[in-house]
Amino acid sequence: MTNLLTTITVLPAIGALVALLSGKRAIRTASVFSLASLALAMRIWFLLDFDGKMSLVERSPWVPTLGIEYHLGVDGLGALMLILSALVTLMAVAASRKVTTNPGLYFALVLLLESGLMGTFTALNFFHWFLYWELSLIPAFFLIKLWGGANRGPAATQFFVYTMVGSVGLLLAFLALFVSTGTMDFEALAQLASLGTLEPMITAHLGPVALWLAVGVLLGFAVKVPLMPFHTWLPNTYAEAPTAITMLLTGAMSKMGVYGILRLALPIFGHQMAQMRGVLLTLAVLTVVAGAWAAVVQKDLKRVFAYSSVNHLGYCLLAIFAVCIPATGDPAVTLSRAAALDGVVLQMFNHGITAAAIFWFLALIQERSGGSLAIDGFGGLRKPAPILAGMMGIALFSSLGLPGLNGFVSEFLIFRGIFPLAWQAATVAVLGLLITAAVILTVIQKVFAGPVAEKWAAFPDMNRAERFGLAPILTLMLMLGLGPQLILSVVNPTVVHWLAGWRF
Amino acid sequence: MLAYTIYLSFAGALVLALLPRVAAGFARVFALAIAVAGLAVGLTGFIQAGTSGPVLIADIPWIPAMGIHYTLAADGISRVLVVLTGLAAVAGILFSWTVKERTSEFFAFFLALIGGVYGVFLAVDLFVLFVFYEIAIVPKYFLIAIWGSTRREYGAMKLALYSFLGSAMVLIGLLAAYVMSGAHSMDLHTLAAYQYPVSFQLWAFPLVFTGFAILAGMWPFHTWAPTGHVAAPTAASMLLAGVVMKLGAYGCLRVAMTVFPHGMDPWGWSFLGIGSWRTVFALLAVIGIVYGAAVALVQNDFKFVIGYSSVSHMGLVLLGLMTLTQVGIDGAVLQMFSHGVLAGLLFAVVGCIVYERTHTRDLAILGKLKLGKTMLFAAVVFAIAGMASMGLPGFSGFVAEMQVLMGAWQAFPWFAAVAGIGIVVGVAYTWRALQRVFLNDTPVTEPVEDHAPYAPISWAEWAGVLLLTGTSLLVGLMPRLLLDVIAPAVQALPHILVAGGRG
Amino acid sequence: MNGASLTNLLYLTFPETILEVASLVVLVIDLGILRRRSAAYRTVAAAAFGVMGCLLALGWLLSHPLAPSFGELLVSNPSVFVAQAGILILSGLVLLLSMREEFSRNPGEFVALVLLATTGMMLVAAARDLLVIFVALELLSLSLYVLAAFNKHRAESSEAALKYYLFGGMSAAFLLFGFSYLYGLTGTTSLAGIAAAAVAGPLTPLWIVSLVLVAVGLGFKVAAVPFHLWAPDTYQGAPAPVTALIASGSKVASFALLVSVTGAVVPALDEQKGVSWVVLLLWMAGASIILGNLGALVQTSVRRLLAYSAIAHAGYMLLGIAAHTSASQGAVLYYALTYSLTTVGAFGAVAIVERATGNDRLESFSGLARRNPLLAGTMLVYLLSLAGIPPLVGFWAKFNLFAAVLRAPQAGVWSLGMVILALGMSAVSLYYYLQVLKRVYVVKGTTEDSIPVHWLELLTLVAIAVAVVLLGVFPGWLGQFIPLG
Repeated sequence: MTNLLTTITVLPAIGALVALLSGKRAIRTASVFSLASLALAMRIWFLLDFDGKMSLVERSPWVPTLGIEYHLGVDGLGALMLILSALVTLMAVAASRKVTTNPGLYFALVLLLESGLMGTFTALNFFHWFLYWELSLIPAFFLIKLWGGANRGPAATQFFVYTMVGSVGLLLAFLALFVSTGTMDFEALAQLASLGTLEPMITAHLGPVALWLAVGVLLGFAVKVPLMPFHTWLPNTYAEAPTAITMLLTGAMSKMGVYGILRLALPIFGHQMAQMRGVLLTLAVLTVVAGAWAAVVQKDLKRVFAYSSVNHLGYCLLAIFAVCIPATGDPAVTLSRAAALDGVVLQMFNHGITAAAIFWFLALIQERSGGSLAIDGFGGLRKPAPILAGMMGIALFSSLGLPGLNGFVSEFLIFRGIFPLAWQAATVAVLGLLITAAVILTVIQKVFAGPVAEKWAAFPDMNRAERFGLAPILTLMLMLGLGPQLILSVVNPTVVHWLAGWRF
Repeated sequence: MLAYTIYLSFAGALVLALLPRVAAGFARVFALAIAVAGLAVGLTGFIQAGTSGPVLIADIPWIPAMGIHYTLAADGISRVLVVLTGLAAVAGILFSWTVKERTSEFFAFFLALIGGVYGVFLAVDLFVLFVFYEIAIVPKYFLIAIWGSTRREYGAMKLALYSFLGSAMVLIGLLAAYVMSGAHSMDLHTLAAYQYPVSFQLWAFPLVFTGFAILAGMWPFHTWAPTGHVAAPTAASMLLAGVVMKLGAYGCLRVAMTVFPHGMDPWGWSFLGIGSWRTVFALLAVIGIVYGAAVALVQNDFKFVIGYSSVSHMGLVLLGLMTLTQVGIDGAVLQMFSHGVLAGLLFAVVGCIVYERTHTRDLAILGKLKLGKTMLFAAVVFAIAGMASMGLPGFSGFVAEMQVLMGAWQAFPWFAAVAGIGIVVGVAYTWRALQRVFLNDTPVTEPVEDHAPYAPISWAEWAGVLLLTGTSLLVGLMPRLLLDVIAPAVQALPHILVAGGRG
Repeated sequence: MNGASLTNLLYLTFPETILEVASLVVLVIDLGILRRRSAAYRTVAAAAFGVMGCLLALGWLLSHPLAPSFGELLVSNPSVFVAQAGILILSGLVLLLSMREEFSRNPGEFVALVLLATTGMMLVAAARDLLVIFVALELLSLSLYVLAAFNKHRAESSEAALKYYLFGGMSAAFLLFGFSYLYGLTGTTSLAGIAAAAVAGPLTPLWIVSLVLVAVGLGFKVAAVPFHLWAPDTYQGAPAPVTALIASGSKVASFALLVSVTGAVVPALDEQKGVSWVVLLLWMAGASIILGNLGALVQTSVRRLLAYSAIAHAGYMLLGIAAHTSASQGAVLYYALTYSLTTVGAFGAVAIVERATGNDRLESFSGLARRNPLLAGTMLVYLLSLAGIPPLVGFWAKFNLFAAVLRAPQAGVWSLGMVILALGMSAVSLYYYLQVLKRVYVVKGTTEDSIPVHWLELLTLVAIAVAVVLLGVFPGWLGQFIPLG
C-alpha cells in the first residue's frame, strides 16, 4: 500500500463517522477502529527505512497557485508518535467504558482527535499540518466541555483560548515564512535553513524579523507542551477533563508540542533558537523545577500528576534547548547531542504511555471512591486492593525514573546528553528529579500505605477486564526499560540524520 | 450562457410580482426552482469555462450615442462570485420556507435582488454594472422593511441611504472618468487603459473606493451593516452578508482599483506613516477587522454578534485587496466566497433555526433554554459554522484568511500582526456565543415557562445547511477548485495591482 | 409678410390651430349638445374630445416633422419638434387622467382651457422672438391661473390659484421688464438679433440688469429657489390634473424657453458677461437642489412633497442650462420630458388615492399595496424613477444630464462641485420617496378595502409606468430625437 499514511489519518475520521451513527454501541466501533489504527501504526513502524530519512513519502499537488503540496512522510520520530497516539487512544477508549451520555458523539470526537494526531505526526507541509493541529484541538475542547468535571466550562475555554493564541502565533510566523520563501514545506524550509539562506531571505522580504518569527513558532509549541510560564491552562484542564481525555491530552496531545519543536522549530529556526538559548534554557529549567515543586503542594491527585507531566516534558524541552549550540565538530559534543535527542524521543514515548497509564489508574480509583481524588482522603488502599496498588506502583515507579523501567532510560539519556552541553541547567534540573521522586513517594505513601480508613475497607480491587487492559501497558514499560533498543534502533538513525542537517 | 442567471431571476421576480395573491406554496417552490436554475446555469458556466480567461457573454450596443454597450463577460473572479450568488439564493429561499406573510411579494423582491447581484458580477461596461448595482438597492429596502424584525424600518432606511450615498459617490467618479477619458465609452477595459492624470486619480480613487466600500462594510462606514443585518429577515440577512457586501468589495476591485490604480500612489508626504490612500484604506480595513470582532464580543443580541463579525470578515477582504499582491487579492476573492457561504450559514442558524423556534435572540435568555440539549442540530451547525468562519483549517475561511495574511505580510507587516489579533478575538466571540447559547450549563435559577417542543428540523433547513456546510468544507479541502479559476483572473488584472503598486 | 409666408405660418402652426379648433368644438359640444347630460358623462365626453384634439395635433406634427421655420419668430428644429410632441402627449395624458374627476360642473370649459394652455406651451417651445415668447407665455399662464381655481368647492383651490396668479403676474412683470431692456439695448426683439448685438457691443451694467430680470422671471416659471414659494401651495391646492399639467407640460415649455434664451444669448456673451448669468443660474440651481430636497424631507402631504421634489429637479435641470452646451441643452430637454411624464403619472396615482381616501397625507397611502397592487406598482415605478434608480428613465436622464454638465468645455471645479452636490442630494431624495413607498408597501393601512380604479385610468397609469421602464431600458429611442452625449 503506497498511501499508508493517508490511510492512517483518514481511518479514524471514518471511524468517527461510523461511531456517530452507531449510538450506544459506539465504544465497540471505537475499539475496532483504534485497534486497526494501532495495527497500521505498527506496520508503518516496521516498514521504516533505517537511514533516518523520511519514509513512505506521499506527495501530490494540492493548491497549485500557492505551490502547496499534499506531502506526508514519517521518520523514526513520526512513526513512534503514530504508535503512541494509537496506543493512547486505545487506552482512552478502554478507559471510557462508563461513558453513558451521548456515547456516539463522545467516541466520534475521540476518534476525530486521533485523526488529528495522526495527521499532525505525518504532515510535512504546514498547510495541512496546521489543519490537523487545529483539528485535534476542537474535539478536545468539546470532550472537556461536555463530559468534564464541575468547572469544565472555564477550563475548556481556558484550554481553547491558550492553544488558539499559540496557533495564531504559529500561523502568522509560517505565513511570513511563505511570503519570504514561497514554500511552506517543512523539508524545503529546513533545507534553506540548513544552507543558511533562510534568514537572509526573510530579512530581504520582511526586514530583520527572523527572531520574532522563531518566537511566534515557539509560542505555539510552548503553550501546547507546556513551557512555563505558558502552562497555566494545563492543571485546570487536566483536572476538569474526563479522565480518559486527560490520558489523551497528556499522553498524546502534549507530544504534539514537542514534536512540533523537533520537526518545525529546530530544523527551521535552529539558528534563532541558539540565539535565544539562554532564555529558553532558563524557562525549561523553571518548568522542570517549578513543575515538580507545584506537584508537591497539590491536594488533588489529578493535579499532582498534571504538574508532574509538566515536569517530565520539561526534561524534553531542556534537552532540546541544550542541543541548540553551533556545531563544533567535536565528536564528544555530537555524541552528547545525539544522546540528548534520543532521550527526548524516548521520553516522549515513555511519558506518553506512563502518564496515560497513571491517569487510567486514577480513573479506576475515582470510580471506586465516588469521584473524589483528594490525596489526603485515601490511605492503606494496598490492603483492600493489592493488585491495584501493585500495578499502579509499577507505573508510578516508571514515572519516578526507577532503573529497570522505561522512564529511567530516557531520563538518563537526557541528562547524559545535557550535562556536557549545559551543565548549569542540568545541575539545577536535577533538583526536579529529586522533587518528583519525593512527590511520587509521597503519593504512594499517602494512598497505598498506612492504616486503612474505615470507609475504604471494602475498596474494590481491579476486576479482570481492567487487569487485562492494563497489563500489556505495564509489560511494555518493563520491556522498554530493559530493552530500549527496541525503539532506539529506529530513533537513533533519525537523530543522527537530523543532526547532520541542522544548522544552529 | 451565464447571462441567463440574470434574466431568469428577473423573469421570476416579474412573474411573482404580477401574481401577488398566488398561494404561498406555489410562490416558494417557484422561487426555489428559479434559484436552482440560476445556480445550475452559474455552475455550468463555471465548469465549462474552467480556468480560461474572460468569457464574453453579450456585447450589444445599448446607447450608441453615449458609446454605452450592454457588455457582459465573466472572468474567473466573476464566475466564482456568480456561483456564490447562486448558492446564497438557493440557501436563502430554503431558509425562508416559513415566510407566510405576502410570500409572493417576498420572493419577487428576493429574486429581483438576486438578479441585480448577478448583473453586477457579470457586467463589464461600467454603466451596466452601475445600473445593476443600483437595482439591487430597492429590493433590499423592502425585504427588510416589510419582513424584518427589530427596528426594521430604521435598519432598512439606513441601509438604503448608505447604499445610495455610496452609489452616488461611485457615480460621480464614473461620470468624471467617462468625461475625462473622452473615449466615448464606459467599457471597463477602455477606461482602465486610459492614463488618467495622477492628480485626478488621487481624488477619484478614494471617492469611488469609499463609495463601494460603504457597501462592503468598511469601518467607519459600516454602521448600516449590523443594524441592517439584525433588522432583516433571515433570507435577507443571508443575502446581505452573503452577496450584497460582496458587491461592494467587488466594485472596489473591479472599478476603483482597476480604473484608478494610481490613486494608490504615495502622496509624497506622510503623516504618522500614512502616505497613500492605499495605506489609509488598509488601515481602515484593519481597524474594521479588530473593531468588528471586539464589538461582536460584547453583544447580547445573537444576530448582532454575527452582524459585527461580518464587518470584521469583510475587513479582511479589503485588507487583501489593498495588499496589491497576487496572493492577497486571491485571498480576498476567496474570502468573499467563503464569507458569503459561512455568514449565510450563521445567519440561517441564528435567524431561522433558532429564532423561528424560540422567538428570542437574547444570549442570556437563549442560554437558559438548554439549546445544547434541546436543539442539538442547531448547536452542531453553529459550532461548525462558527469554527469555519473563525478560520479553522479544513474550511474555506482558513485558506482565504491565510492568503490575505500572506499578502498583508508582504505589504503591511504590522497590519498583518494586528489582523492576527483580530482573528484571535474572532475566535473569542464565536466561542462566547457558542458557550452562552448552546453550552451554557449554569443551573437555571428561575424556571423557564414550559414551551411546546421545538418544531423538528425541516427538510428545507437540512438541505440548506448541507449545501452551505458542504460547500465550505469542499472549498476548504480542495481550494484549487476555486483558486485555479481565481488566480489567472487576478493575474490578468492590471499589472500594478499585483505588483505591490509598482509598475 | 407675403402670402407664401403666411401659408408657411399656417403650415407651421397647424397643430396649434388644431388645438384651438378642438377647444372651441369641445365648448360647443359641451355647452350645446350635451347640456342635459350628467356631469360624469360630460366630463368623459369633453376629455375624449380633448384627447382627440391632442392626438390629431400630434398626428400632424409627426407626419410633418420638418416644417420650415417662420422667420425668426417661430422655428422648427428637432428639439422643438420633440418638445412639442412631448407637450401634446403630456396634455393628452392629463386629460385621460381627468376623465373621472368630479371637481367641476363645467368640464367643457376645463378641457378647453387645458387645450389653450397646451397651445401656449407649444408656442413657447417654438418661439424665438421676445414678443411671441411673451404672448405665448401669457396664454399659457392665464389658462393655468384659471385652471388652478377650477375646483370651486375647495378653498385651497382658490388659494392655490391666487398664489399662482400673484407670483406669476410678478414674474411676468419681471420678464417683460427684462425684455424691454433687451429691446432697448439692441433694438430688436429677435433672439438671434440680440445675440448678434451682444457680441458686437460693449458690456454695460444694463445688460446685466436685463439678464438678471429675465432670469428672475423664468426662475418663477420653473419654480427655482428663491422664486419657488408658490409651488408647494399651488401643487397642493389645485385640482390634481391641473397640478399635473403645471408640473409637466408647463415645465417642458419653460425649460424649452430657457434653453432657447440661454442658447442664443449666453454663448455670445461668453467672452465678456455671460459668466455672470451663468453664475446666477448656478446659484439658483444649487439653492433649488438643496432647498427642494431638504424641504421635501419634512412634508406630510404627498403633493407638497412632490412640489418640493419638483423644485429640486428644476435645480438639476438648471445645471444643464448653466452648462449651455448643445449636449447639455439636449439633456435638459430629455430630462424635462421624462421627468414630466413620470410626474403626470405620479399625480394621476395621487389623485386616485386622494379620491378614495379624502386627502393626500402620507398616511392615506398606507397599505396601498394591499388595496390595489397594480396602482401601488405604478407608484413604485414613478417614485423610483424620480429618485433616479436604474433602469428607470429618471436615472438615465440624470446620468445623461450630469455627464453633459461635466463635459461642458467651460466646466471646471464648479461643475464638478455642483454635480457632487446634486448626486449627494439625490441620495437624500431617496429618503422621502421611500417615505411614500414605505407607506405604500410596508405600513399596514387601517383598512384593506380595495381601491376601485377605472380601467381607463389604470391603463393610462400602467402605460406611463411601462413607458418609464422602457425608456429607461432603451434610452436610445428618445435619443434619436434629442442629441445625446
